[in-house]
Amino acid sequence: MNPENYLYLAALLFTLGACGVLLRRNAIVVFMCIELMLNAANLLLVTFSRMHGNLEGQIMAFFVMVVAAAEVVVGLAIIVMVYRSRHSASVDDASLMKL
Amino acid sequence: MNPGDLQAPDIEWVALSPSLVVFAAAVVGVLIEAFAPRSARYAAEVVVSSVGLAGAFAAVVALAANGHGTSKSQIAGMGSLAVDGPALFLQGVTVLVGLVSVFLFAERRLEPVAHGARVDSFAAQPAAVPGGKAEQEAVRAGHTTTEIFPLLLFAVGGMLLFPAANDLLVLFIALEILSLPLYLLCALARRRRLLSQESAVKYFLLGAFASAFLLFGVALLYGYAGTTSYAGIADVISGEPSHMEPGLASTMGNDALLLIGGAMVLMGLLFKVGAVPFHMWTPDVYQGAPTPVTGFMASATKVAAFGAMLRLMYVVLPGLQWDWEPVMWGVAIASMVAGAVIAITQTDVKRLLAYSSIAHAGFILSGVVAVSEDGVSSVLFYLGAYSFVTLGAFAVVTLVRDAGGEATHLSKWAGLGRRSPLLAAVFALFLLAFAGIPLTSGFASKFAVFSAVAQSGGMGLVIVGVLASAVAAFFYIRVIVLMFFSEPRPDGPSVVIPSPLTMSVVGVAAAATVVLGVAPQYFLDLADQAGVFVR
Repeated sequence: MNPENYLYLAALLFTLGACGVLLRRNAIVVFMCIELMLNAANLLLVTFSRMHGNLEGQIMAFFVMVVAAAEVVVGLAIIVMVYRSRHSASVDDASLMKL
Repeated sequence: MNPGDLQAPDIEWVALSPSLVVFAAAVVGVLIEAFAPRSARYAAEVVVSSVGLAGAFAAVVALAANGHGTSKSQIAGMGSLAVDGPALFLQGVTVLVGLVSVFLFAERRLEPVAHGARVDSFAAQPAAVPGGKAEQEAVRAGHTTTEIFPLLLFAVGGMLLFPAANDLLVLFIALEILSLPLYLLCALARRRRLLSQESAVKYFLLGAFASAFLLFGVALLYGYAGTTSYAGIADVISGEPSHMEPGLASTMGNDALLLIGGAMVLMGLLFKVGAVPFHMWTPDVYQGAPTPVTGFMASATKVAAFGAMLRLMYVVLPGLQWDWEPVMWGVAIASMVAGAVIAITQTDVKRLLAYSSIAHAGFILSGVVAVSEDGVSSVLFYLGAYSFVTLGAFAVVTLVRDAGGEATHLSKWAGLGRRSPLLAAVFALFLLAFAGIPLTSGFASKFAVFSAVAQSGGMGLVIVGVLASAVAAFFYIRVIVLMFFSEPRPDGPSVVIPSPLTMSVVGVAAAATVVLGVAPQYFLDLADQAGVFVR
């Protein structure tokens, strides 16, 4: 199968993730959409790695997975903290600083 | 050697020592958090962070004195990190800013004594619900969050790697190392915790969104060039790859990969420096974060991110200059104008400084757009000067307080010059430096940037820049007039006398502002020598 199709799939997943970040209101769902974007980039890296016949892309995909895990640790900590003090994880409710 | 044996990588430990020292100090800090008794942590953390950052600064100076910034500049760590003039200069600035920020973080005289224990401006128990029982217990027990020091060190470590990154993988990893601790630091304010948490969640979601774009751009550039090293990509862009492979032959003609990838990477970096139209997070995060963190973030992040952007523009994408130049012109003009105009309407001093930082991002960007050696060295000088002014201004904001904590509303600053002339005079000095009045570092740096832009044929940018500076000067001077020429309010805030820690921060920043303004030549020469990127 032509590896180019995976590039189109990656672009589609990335767009879906970006739309989700902009449209969804729950911080957890927004965060999951960001993870989807990172994984789309991973798919892109692995596909290009196959097309170029070198391993740099695959190595990078491993690093991205580690970074994504670290980001989950930090992000969920922040979101859970906000949820506990506001009893809502909606990103629209967090608007104390609007003038 | 048998086939299949792994070859050990060749690491230039000495050339990479600045960031290694900082990371080692951060790891020691984590171990202190894990094993030292609670009472001993504060002192141990402050000592470890200060010694680590001072050691890293000594390493930077030693490397520069050895000629690693000029004749002996090299690519270290198997092609992943550059040790050259711009990298060492910006690492020196970042480490100094980090060291001064440690003092700002460690200040314990500003908050009223709580139950017999001196406390800093960070939450007693960040995980506890604001106003809840667990928080009250933590405050009663006099707990403090000493984890801020290792977090600061990790952020500084990432900022040291960021401008030195010579490989797209390292660029992305360094971005995350510097961002993740900052997201957490934003959430840790002792007062106004809901605002602080809100700023953290905004910064985190938008920051992660921007780094996802950067990563996708990195993947596209890798797809275009078949390598992630800066020099390799630049070779492919100029049409002379070091070795040709069938995969590369099919992708290197595809300009869509290159243009979209380059644009997305730039977008991620523009978000970090807070340039229009990626500036939306700046005012909210600057206002909500604890003020010492805001000062650190506003100065050091900008230094690191502009360093990474310079390297990307000058090493990877010079072949695309005609494509990115008009876009960056637009971004620079929009940042200068929007930052200066929106700042006029602000009533909160931290938000005012946030919009002023957006305008300054525009000024620095116009130096980046001047594609010349003068452009690089003027941006380096600007970053050095600007970071200390910013840090000093936010340090002053921590001192003006009333019963509710820091009094950041501008109406409360009325008449401050009559009550505390010295402090108001120092703040006025910082504001004049922001405005670019002669004899302050702001004038020298703006002059350097604008003359570099004018020489490279960007007269339009210079005119917009000067006009934006004039608009910006209006609201800086309005604050000065408010402080010195209006009656103090009876219920107004008071200026807390800080410990020598914050005094040294304000003193260092004021001294840097005056020295770089009155006698900038030595530092301009230093930035001039540092203006060449290694390839």
